[in-house]
Amino acid sequence: MTGSDRLASLADVIPVPRIDPEQRAYWQGTTREQLLLTSCNSCGEVIWHPRPFCPSCSSADVSWMPASGSGVIYSYTIVRVGAEAEYARQMPYVLAYVELDEGPRVLTNVVGVTEEDLSIGLPVRAVFHHGRGFALTRFSAAPDRTS
Amino acid sequence: MRARPKAYLAGIYEHPERDIAHSSAAAVHAQVALGALADAGLTLADVDAYFCAQDAPGFGGVSMAGYLGLQTRYMDTSEHGGAAPLSHLGHAAEAITAGRCQVALITLGGLARQQLKAGHRPSSAHRADGPEGPFELPYGPSVAGLYALAARRHMYEFGTTSRQLAEIRVAASVHAQHNPAAVFQTPVCVDDVVESPMVADPLHRLDCCVVTDGGGALVVVSPTVARDLDRACVAVLGHGEAPKHTGTGRVDLTYTGARWSGPVAFEQAGLTPTDIDYAGIYDSFTITVLEALEDLGFCGKGEGGAFVMDGGLQAPHGRLPFNTDGGGLCNNHPGNRGGVTKVIEAVRQLREEAHPAVQVPDCEFALVHGTGGVLGTRMSSVTVLLGREGP
Repeated sequence: MTGSDRLASLADVIPVPRIDPEQRAYWQGTTREQLLLTSCNSCGEVIWHPRPFCPSCSSADVSWMPASGSGVIYSYTIVRVGAEAEYARQMPYVLAYVELDEGPRVLTNVVGVTEEDLSIGLPVRAVFHHGRGFALTRFSAAPDRTS
Repeated sequence: MRARPKAYLAGIYEHPERDIAHSSAAAVHAQVALGALADAGLTLADVDAYFCAQDAPGFGGVSMAGYLGLQTRYMDTSEHGGAAPLSHLGHAAEAITAGRCQVALITLGGLARQQLKAGHRPSSAHRADGPEGPFELPYGPSVAGLYALAARRHMYEFGTTSRQLAEIRVAASVHAQHNPAAVFQTPVCVDDVVESPMVADPLHRLDCCVVTDGGGALVVVSPTVARDLDRACVAVLGHGEAPKHTGTGRVDLTYTGARWSGPVAFEQAGLTPTDIDYAGIYDSFTITVLEALEDLGFCGKGEGGAFVMDGGLQAPHGRLPFNTDGGGLCNNHPGNRGGVTKVIEAVRQLREEAHPAVQVPDCEFALVHGTGGVLGTRMSSVTVLLGREGP
């Protein structure tokens, strides 16, 4: 193990996502530091990633729902070798699934933590890293929500 | 009681090289096609069905069909990543059973080693234009990282350890010492694996497969054709395939699509896991094997760690001899797609043509299982059951 390695802050690593027309509201939400999910008005399913219909009940009646931005780490890894593109010079960095309070598990990065801080179940809170016209939703430890 | 098999594997060929600077991908596909047809005692003129995936260069299967001079009655370019040849094998058997064709050629080939030398790493994004792309790709999902997420969660839920995962690499390396074409031919021990550099915690370098050039081909024929061949033919007994994805966002990283593909294949074949003498299990990473073993029913969920210990996977006398060519971990992972080599070694076992040191005695039934894509997000799982009974 190489526990003394500094984990990347990723604050200036903001790859530009493809913004599909039906997801403009999602990306606009991120510029206001709001994480939007789609929620089915027919069956109540909270859907990630966003899409204009509900795979659970086939309804097209869905709407945007702000997430609390809170969750816990479902799983994580520290990528030390083999990252691509913008991440190639950022290793080691944390790749993780965060389980949101609303249910979905989102692929993301956990930042502002040390290797010793990381554990499955760690409470985390959304942070937004801003690009031009969008922000990436990453997570940092939420010390006020001790597990 | 099982029905009589409707399709047979008559020819196999694995490209002997792992670093191919002298051929295009198309030429590799052609070389393995000719090799598998020669193994069966057939020629290109006999082929009436062609199967390939996106590793084949050009327009679907049409460019390669043209290059090979095939005039086919049936073509299938289903994309299942590294599991594609297993899907093609199942589809070919169905097409033959339906009377649509008699001699199906399946090719796989790629130059991943050359691409790595040119600075292109294996990518987790098979197609960046997927609907999930904007919500995953900006976060740096490395291939090993996405498998590591599954390994970490499996460890958390079931107490699986790095030393248990290492046993899978150890078994592959013990087998690979008998394969002169394998990339890594020196046996390793558990300590070697867990002391190798961390790639993406908790996966070490030796938990990861090789990156190689190469390819392989399969020839599947009808019973009528098989009866006229001199070569030992292997029966295709069952096939199941299933995608596993993130759905509406509740991904569970502790299982794979094998929990759905396996039962379908076993039911069609009229077999159960206890009938299996040899298993070819896709081994992109050690965790890929461990989760598949559980999902296929060789042990209970969460019991994979105990199952692989004490030489459980080592031929010829382990609980379930696996990947006796050394697998993707030590032998070959051509074009970052390891499905075809799993089928090829299973056929060698059923023909009793594996290396004597790893030949499973009285090998009657084999399972091959492919995991295309990645454990951390979405995959295609394909299971095929094979038997040694002739036409």
